[in-house]
Amino acid sequence: MRGGQAGDSLYALEAKGLSAILGGQQVLGIPSLQVYPNEVLMVIGPNGSGKTTLLLCLALLLKPATGTIAYKGIPVSDSKQVLQLRRRLAVVFQESLLLNSTVWDNITLGLRLRGVRGDEARDRAQKWLGRFSIAPLAKRQAKTLSGGEAKRVSLARAFALQPEVLFLDEPFNALDSPTRQALLEDFEGVLRETKLTTVMVTHDRNEALVLADRVAVLMKGTIHQLGTPQEVFGTPVDEDVASFVGAGNVLPGVVSEQSHGIVSVDVNGRYLQAVSDLPVGTKVAVYLHYEDITLSVVAAKATQSSARDQLRGRIVKVFPLGSQLKVTLDCGLALASVITKRSWEELGLRIGDEVMAYFKASAVRLIPKH
Amino acid sequence: MDLIVQGVVEAFKLLIRGDPEVLKITLLSLGVSLCATAVSLFIGITLGTVIGLTRFQGRRILVSLINTGMGAPPVVVGLIVSVFLWRNGPLGILHLMYTPWAMVIAQFLISLPIITGFTVASIQQVDPKLRLQVLALGASHWQLLWLLVRDTRLPLLAAVMAGFGSIISEVGASMMVGGNITDQTRVLTTAIVMENSKGNFGLAMALGIILMILVYLVNMALTMIQQRSKPR
Repeated sequence: MRGGQAGDSLYALEAKGLSAILGGQQVLGIPSLQVYPNEVLMVIGPNGSGKTTLLLCLALLLKPATGTIAYKGIPVSDSKQVLQLRRRLAVVFQESLLLNSTVWDNITLGLRLRGVRGDEARDRAQKWLGRFSIAPLAKRQAKTLSGGEAKRVSLARAFALQPEVLFLDEPFNALDSPTRQALLEDFEGVLRETKLTTVMVTHDRNEALVLADRVAVLMKGTIHQLGTPQEVFGTPVDEDVASFVGAGNVLPGVVSEQSHGIVSVDVNGRYLQAVSDLPVGTKVAVYLHYEDITLSVVAAKATQSSARDQLRGRIVKVFPLGSQLKVTLDCGLALASVITKRSWEELGLRIGDEVMAYFKASAVRLIPKH
Repeated sequence: MDLIVQGVVEAFKLLIRGDPEVLKITLLSLGVSLCATAVSLFIGITLGTVIGLTRFQGRRILVSLINTGMGAPPVVVGLIVSVFLWRNGPLGILHLMYTPWAMVIAQFLISLPIITGFTVASIQQVDPKLRLQVLALGASHWQLLWLLVRDTRLPLLAAVMAGFGSIISEVGASMMVGGNITDQTRVLTTAIVMENSKGNFGLAMALGIILMILVYLVNMALTMIQQRSKPR
């Protein structure tokens, strides 16, 4: 299988043994990464995790210290090949990076560099100017555009190239919230329609949830988890991923009892039941989704429920998340839950109230610490 | 006071009459300096772009040398060129001493560091990510060079102006390597020096006015290009 058969690979793009060194420090170490044709792969991770470096390596804009990158099974070797391959890719950066000329000139520049001229170039430019709703801006000087307009130009410029793989490095980062939302919607529509093979880097979990077919979580230069958004956000493989994807509580604990697949975990003196085979004494990170915790008022007398776990606590903080509220409790340990605004009102809750938090033992995920 | 009035009057007489001698001197001045600027532009912008874009050992030393060169006294440049072109010098065999070509060489060497230095400075102001973006659009290395130069055209115009301005008005080197020979290497600046020392203030002033007009015209042309390409 070494080298792969020319043009006959299962993968649009494959990287092997990839490492990169910046300023004498290794910032990337990826044994293998595959991108399937027509998928949207989102690489998420905190700042400084090596996301941009990975993207630049894959887009052939940065030479990795070690490793091979293969497009459609053909490994990239000499620099002539790099230029030819770059002309089959497109990259959108965080900044719009337009040249000092008209919008039209910016959109057609890449096409000219790739030898697409005349009617073909004009048609493509017009199509994508229209698709990103910026046709009236064609004659404007790029430097006079607003941030959102410039970003639309840089996206249209990339799509007009009809690349085999599209790379995006936090493209919506620098935009204000309404602009960002509008553009994200347009962009999602375009991605869905073109089915373009896409690798996008972001630290925004929502973008990943909305756009991704698969999500790779990059931390300190290594991929901790790669899977569907449901897998990554629902069942993080380790504590780092869990705390980054941030849809749940991550609490440190120790397994204190074990009987028939149900364990009791000591979390700061409170005991939680969980479904697990881990032996007594194992140090774990307890991962508990906000959505899996239900709240009820203490006075309402604990009704019978299949939830094995219940904790009594006091509401210390409420934070709005769209139509929902993130409610943080002090139960001897900090525990957050997400409930709808409606149930908050129906329960008549206020900050300082005592409540019971319920959750099923099967909702408590234990991630052993190494 | 009389002298000045006389000088100005004579200057305008010469200008209006279209004195052939004055015309010849003016054309040679312009020819030599434009030629030197053109060569400097080509080499200086290429060199400056490459230095501005790449990182290599000794880069800082090179850049500081270029910056020093930007302020090099033309007389010293003239001296060095003389030593090389002198009949017994290393390049004496070319018989270039006291020809317009010698002046072109000297003026080229004076303007090269100026244009290179300006180019390095303006290319370094380009966002390094723009470079990546242009490469990602599919540019070869030469296309990248050209596109970045095109993108920084405004600061680069300043380089052209400074380069041309420094040599059209330069006198020391032209005198040393050209020799101010009538009909051969006499340019505006060397002629002004000579006429001044002979006491022909009117002619000297006429030449001075022409020189000023030339510098003004060139700068005006460049400024107009600059203003036109400014976004509005």
